[in-house]
Amino acid sequence: MSAEPGPDERIWIRRQAPQWRALAAESAAAPGRSRATVDEALRTLRTYRALSRHLASARQIVPDSVLVSSLAQTSAALHAAVSRPPRLTRARWARLFWDDIPAAARSVALPALWLAALLVGSALAGWWLIDTYPELVSLIASPQMIDGVEHGHLWTYQVLNIAPPALLSARIFSNNVVVTLGAFCFGILFGLGAFYMIAINGLMLGGLLAFTHQHGLGLGLLEFTLAHGPVELSTMCLAAAAGTALGEAVIRPGELSRSDALRCRTAELSPLLLACALLLLGSGLIEGFLSPRPQISIPVRLVVGLGYWALAMLWLSGRLVRRPARRMDPSGEASFP
Amino acid sequence: MTEEVLNVRGLTGVDLTLRIAGPGTRSYAFLIDWQIRLLGALAWLLIALLLRRVPALSSAAAARDVMRVGWALALLTYFLYHPVLEVLMHGSTPGKRKAGARIVTLEGATPGTGALLIRNVFRLIDCLPLVYLVGLVSCIVTARRVRLGDLAAGTVLVLDERSAGESLARLGEQIERTGLSAEALQLIRDLLDRWEGLSDARRTRLAEELLAKLEPQPPAGAAAPGGAVLRGRLEALLERRARS
Repeated sequence: MSAEPGPDERIWIRRQAPQWRALAAESAAAPGRSRATVDEALRTLRTYRALSRHLASARQIVPDSVLVSSLAQTSAALHAAVSRPPRLTRARWARLFWDDIPAAARSVALPALWLAALLVGSALAGWWLIDTYPELVSLIASPQMIDGVEHGHLWTYQVLNIAPPALLSARIFSNNVVVTLGAFCFGILFGLGAFYMIAINGLMLGGLLAFTHQHGLGLGLLEFTLAHGPVELSTMCLAAAAGTALGEAVIRPGELSRSDALRCRTAELSPLLLACALLLLGSGLIEGFLSPRPQISIPVRLVVGLGYWALAMLWLSGRLVRRPARRMDPSGEASFP
Repeated sequence: MTEEVLNVRGLTGVDLTLRIAGPGTRSYAFLIDWQIRLLGALAWLLIALLLRRVPALSSAAAARDVMRVGWALALLTYFLYHPVLEVLMHGSTPGKRKAGARIVTLEGATPGTGALLIRNVFRLIDCLPLVYLVGLVSCIVTARRVRLGDLAAGTVLVLDERSAGESLARLGEQIERTGLSAEALQLIRDLLDRWEGLSDARRTRLAEELLAKLEPQPPAGAAAPGGAVLRGRLEALLERRARS
């Protein structure tokens, strides 16, 4: 408890007290405004400055008092409202799509290639495993899938009989998003989680290909995956590469603390998650509407699959849209014309 | 026990202190949110079940489609509750509001959409192996009481001092009306609030000490000190100062 304020302090408190009700009213109103007018914004800023002034003075005059605590709490609440990030403008969206996402993708291009190699390697391992020990297929396929393939039917072409394409696309999309986000998030475990996700998916892919090949349906499965597979697998590798980058930030934080390094790397790479989600939405639609239809020929599937993949790679490499070079504004912030 | 705080530099250079919400507040907020989203999801399923009874939707195919849509909406409600509401409510949810907490950045600012989505994406790890054990352990062992999602997004859950503005306004008003110092006002209010909970001897002693300091000359006709009398004098003091 602080000492009772002296006469000068009492005078100061009594002089300032009438303003506090107005400051408190504005502090309560500001956080609730989703769109403030210029006048409202200026009033909020004036309130913020006045509160800071009162707080600084109160800390000098009556330290550790109820007044200081009230002023500090009100200031902190207003600080959060004043520091709220601006709405995403069209220019910011454009920067996100055409600059931030390609920059994030380029920063993890090399690890993504390594993870693609890991995917291929584990797919080969999965093929060898099921080819050598066919009974192990029960580890990666459900009894219905095994039964269908043994009777000469691929499960992939029966899915349209089970659910309508829109629902199928939504289910495939949500499943792929969970796997991709998992590959990203589990990378925080020193990158090991991302490696595990890629390796296990490669094993399953290779194992299923070997199993269907044994029953003469291997080409059918490849045909099914032709249209949506390239982008789906590339996206998974990209997300896992971003995950390993998080792991690297934890292992080798450089001059930052581990938590700061993780935070900075996550902020750099988070636009990539948006790109992955959008690409997976596209491949989910292809997988739901196009891939299960047997009447669609292999050339069409090939054109769709490679075309979509090329488009995705052009976007992620920053070559899809040529943007003007950044120029510096007087404040030193990089901006676009 | 030392209070855990987040010190941030205000935009005017004045330091601000935010009180960090601990695992207890987090768990309380989560439980409220969990109940709301579970009820929301169950409500969709209930609506779907009721719609199946409508004659126009009673065929097997229509009923199956209604249930599929019901399930889809229930799952969306359950899984998108946190990310959507945190973005719309600028770092809060009904549960966090009830628990008196909100999310801020390490600079004390309201977090952006990206940071809020990232902290929710990491729920995939935080919820493992079950009932948010990883998140809970992380909250207990980290200095800022954060789960992995907060670590990655650079966010902190702090106590939301929503009544602070109200308290400041009341303080200003009473100082203006009564002429008593902020400390004295607070002491009188605290003592009157806790009056019934204190023993007779203790509240009498506290009231006598306060009155001796604030009102050295008792008003004419004041009765001999006694619990109820002292309480009356304190209330009268506030009232009298206000009137004068």
